[in-house]
Amino acid sequence: MHTNSLYQEVILDHNRKPRNYGKLEHASHHATGHNPLCGDRLDISLQVDERDQINAIAFQGESCAICKASASMMTSAVKGKSRLDAETLINEFRDLATGKLDINSPNHLGRLTVFSGIRDLPTRVKCAVLPWHTLHAALNSLENASTEADHDPVPVVSNNT
Amino acid sequence: MKNSTNHSIKLDAMNEPDWKIIRDDFPILRLTVDGKPLVYLDNAASSQMPQQVIDRLVRYQTSEHANVNRAVHYLSEVATLEFHRARCKLQQFVNAAEDREIIFTSGTTDAINLVMHGYGRKFIKEGDEIILTTLEHHSNIVPWQMLANEKGAKIRVVPINDKGELEIDEYEKLFNERTKFVGLIHVSNALGTINPIKRMIDYAHQYSVPVLIDGAQAAPHLIIDVQALDCDFYVFSAHKLCGPTGVGMLYGKATLLEAMQPFKGGGDMIMSVTFEKTIYNTIPHKFEAGTPPIAAAIGFGAAIDYLTAIGIERIAAYEAELLDYATELLNDMPGVRIIGTAANKTAVISFAIDGIHPHDIGTILNQDGIAVRTGHHCAQPVMQRFNVPATSRASFAFYNKKSEIDALVAGIKTVQKVFL
Ligand SMILES: Cc1ncc(COP(=O)(O)O)c(C=O)c1O
Repeated sequence: MHTNSLYQEVILDHNRKPRNYGKLEHASHHATGHNPLCGDRLDISLQVDERDQINAIAFQGESCAICKASASMMTSAVKGKSRLDAETLINEFRDLATGKLDINSPNHLGRLTVFSGIRDLPTRVKCAVLPWHTLHAALNSLENASTEADHDPVPVVSNNT
Repeated sequence: MKNSTNHSIKLDAMNEPDWKIIRDDFPILRLTVDGKPLVYLDNAASSQMPQQVIDRLVRYQTSEHANVNRAVHYLSEVATLEFHRARCKLQQFVNAAEDREIIFTSGTTDAINLVMHGYGRKFIKEGDEIILTTLEHHSNIVPWQMLANEKGAKIRVVPINDKGELEIDEYEKLFNERTKFVGLIHVSNALGTINPIKRMIDYAHQYSVPVLIDGAQAAPHLIIDVQALDCDFYVFSAHKLCGPTGVGMLYGKATLLEAMQPFKGGGDMIMSVTFEKTIYNTIPHKFEAGTPPIAAAIGFGAAIDYLTAIGIERIAAYEAELLDYATELLNDMPGVRIIGTAANKTAVISFAIDGIHPHDIGTILNQDGIAVRTGHHCAQPVMQRFNVPATSRASFAFYNKKSEIDALVAGIKTVQKVFL
């Protein structure tokens, strides 16, 4: 693939104008993700209601365009979804980024497939996946996510805010 | 092929066509990436290897290999001799008084850890202070932190100014009767700053404090004379000097090395072993437990031959020209900011582009075949000082040419266009 097809307008647009950027006042869940390779960090806060639905989500942090666009599109995609649906998306996105997902098979990713080109840039897979690791950590009350947990798709630590 | 390093190099100091001859020595530079010629500007991370060194490794493996310092057979004698010759080449290269003051390690990191364990754990005690600088690579921070935690010692840090230069007055103020060690980077890998180490060593010696110099980024570009510097330890890796990975060296003053405790235990580092007592071997063997990286050490020697045949001064002069050329061009680019503007620098340019993350810069430059390093360069305190998570870094070697700097400039314009 050519890098041009990675830096597509959708991604550049989400980078320029990230959606759901910031921090939630009354978050029920929270996690911070780190990419030790570049020192990037990403905070995700969520409001999950008693019916396990994600009512609100926000992210903020210092990151590259790939990571920021991924986070922006992710927050748009999971807002209003159930926790279970969000977990499904997390798994599908990880498989997409690592090249394990056959894009032609049924999936729920929709526009998120613009990230399919990332699988050819192994050094950047972590950037795209970091928000998703962090979301997973937040939903599962894990305090910190790290892209170093790549081999083991489940990140380590835990917390609830 | 007898002495492959001595292909007759005739270089008029700065005449670029002459340097093209040199470039031809590096087969990897003929690669293309995605159909574009490779523009390798990540030399501070690791440099490339000339055919002469590759040939030397092949010759060793095809006709000289056996274990060293052990058997009496032919190959063992050849390997032992060649391994020893490599040590002597390093001794000359840094102008050490004796060959036994050169210890082969697996690299800079390993050498610093050796000094931490061998010297630090023996001589540094609770309440003692170790001076490091903001410019240090993580490899000259973390081992000392480990020691400080273990012993209850304290780390004091020399600050830098906005240009990325050490604040020497502050350094001098840090000394007191508790100061027991100084770890000092000769040339910053993140910014290229060349530190005034001679003056700093002299100051530390007024307090009888030993100084370790991390020369990983200096040895490829500057003439090193450990006796003139009077440093106590000097360390660097072969892979940044056109040599192989897996080997590096520690220079230490013989008296200090003798006073130190061994780092690793095992074969070769002993004089005699019983279960009651082991008598350690003399230096350098005391610090070279187990089978050393023989092939890599011999390749290291060949790389030293190669560089000295060209001449480090000439290399430095040509690289200075590349640095000036690149600095001027990048300074003229709107939205591009050079981080690290010390008066005295090697050919390293760390830069930031407004609003664009270094990782995105690196990926898009790679599309044009341009290899730069993006990240924190294992120097997070430097990044914190300049308030950036990471930078992009172009680092030049003597085999780079001005047209590659033009390619970098064009590449940066492409990056800016993508993110317009
Ligand atoms: C200044 C400095 N010190 C230490 C090191 C570590 O060298 P090595 O990884 O070869 O042990 C490096 C390499 O990046 C360096 O630039």
